[in-house]
Amino acid sequence: MKHLLDLQNLAPDEINTILDNAVPMKQILNREIKKVPTLRGKTVVTLFYEPSTRTKTSFELAAKYLSADTVSISAPSSSVVKGESLIDTAHTIKAAGADVVVLRHPAAGAPYLISRRVDASVINAGDGMHEHPSQALLDIFTIKEIKGSIAGLKVVIVGDILHSRVARSNVWGLSKLGAEVHLVGPATLLPPGIENLGVQVSSDLDAVLPGADVIYVLRLQLERQNQGLLPSLQEYASLYGINSRRVELAQDDVLIMHPGPLNRGVEISNEVAEHPNAVINQQVTNGVAVRMALLYLLSVGDVSNETAN
Amino acid sequence: MELRTKAEILDQVGIRRALTRIAHEIIERNKGVTNVALIGIRRRGVPLSIRLAERIKQIEGIEVPVGFLDITLYRDDLTRLDYHPHIYRTEVNFSVTDKIIVLVDDVIYTGRTVRAAMDAIMDLGRPKAIQLAALIDRGHRELPIRADYIGKNVPTSKKEIISLRIKEIDGEDSVLIQEPLRE
Repeated sequence: MKHLLDLQNLAPDEINTILDNAVPMKQILNREIKKVPTLRGKTVVTLFYEPSTRTKTSFELAAKYLSADTVSISAPSSSVVKGESLIDTAHTIKAAGADVVVLRHPAAGAPYLISRRVDASVINAGDGMHEHPSQALLDIFTIKEIKGSIAGLKVVIVGDILHSRVARSNVWGLSKLGAEVHLVGPATLLPPGIENLGVQVSSDLDAVLPGADVIYVLRLQLERQNQGLLPSLQEYASLYGINSRRVELAQDDVLIMHPGPLNRGVEISNEVAEHPNAVINQQVTNGVAVRMALLYLLSVGDVSNETAN
Repeated sequence: MELRTKAEILDQVGIRRALTRIAHEIIERNKGVTNVALIGIRRRGVPLSIRLAERIKQIEGIEVPVGFLDITLYRDDLTRLDYHPHIYRTEVNFSVTDKIIVLVDDVIYTGRTVRAAMDAIMDLGRPKAIQLAALIDRGHRELPIRADYIGKNVPTSKKEIISLRIKEIDGEDSVLIQEPLRE
């Protein structure tokens, strides 16, 4: 594996390899000395064209725990979007001598463009409304850690599907591993044609929840809700907010997940956020382990040899 | 690669006797085993460390702690490999600090695995001492490292291969010395 650009083009075997390697990485996080020398002398550049705290911190911690050097470049989200500026970005990365570039960009496809212009491995940390593969991998790792396997699980992803790269990556990853994925949200926030990805689509949350093994609550991206797609936050909360009553509808051992940060009282109620089945903090911890596995797999070994196979 | 077997160095009985002797040596050298713990290096050091612990229990009546170590993340050749080595779990469920740690491996060769294992143990704590037990010492050290307990010294040439098979992993106990049929 040279880059991680999406889950759409990853084989189930490749996804499982990443998940398997995250298990021993997680052990390192529980040690007194949370550091191994594996990536000594390697440089990981995080390049974020959109604000992010947890994804960026998670990648930087993962790199540091593996003894890589990290450089963080944040670009103001307003100044550059696409076209020539991305090519300039590639030049910056080359000049920095990076081995791995972690890129977040508002334009879908930006990581692909960059990956063709740099020698470094590129990890997509979110591109527009397209994909956020490392988030989905940590979500799938968390489900697998608790449930044992993914195949046959009923996973309900609820919220703003239209704007969600997290949802799209999870759809690809979970489907490839055999989960039954349901997407639920107001009709205005369900992209047309999404059912073609082999998922069930509905706007009636209460009808979908019975039998759910996982409720994945998407963050309502308030910054994207100025286009009149929602009547009001109150109405959204009453129809699609996950509260204790709705959790009761699902399986007793349902997992409640959220990529963070939470809008408490909007997509998730306070009680549910603190529910014993909510694994939101575990997702954050697992994020570091999964990203360590990714950095290890992308940085170790002669990649040119591997792509030849 | 086709291999020709040149000789069987140890059979099942030979391995058993070697481990029994090593167990006695560990007890003698450390004047008992009250502060001793064994750590097997994955993969074939693991069953060997379990067997040594059993042998020590038979002799001294004391169960020494046993842990297992995966050294992949500490290897010095990671960037030179053309594959991803599988990372196994490290299971050391006791504090190594102030203990006498006996590392257990199947074959000691260049010494690089032992170097990596020592670094990995140091990251788990500060042992009182680290000792090394190996079933086979085949020479050709590239680092200033030697084993404290050796099952059998086997002078080899670099092109020869030591094929060590352990029942728990390979279905039988044997140590063969082999070489490629063609150059």
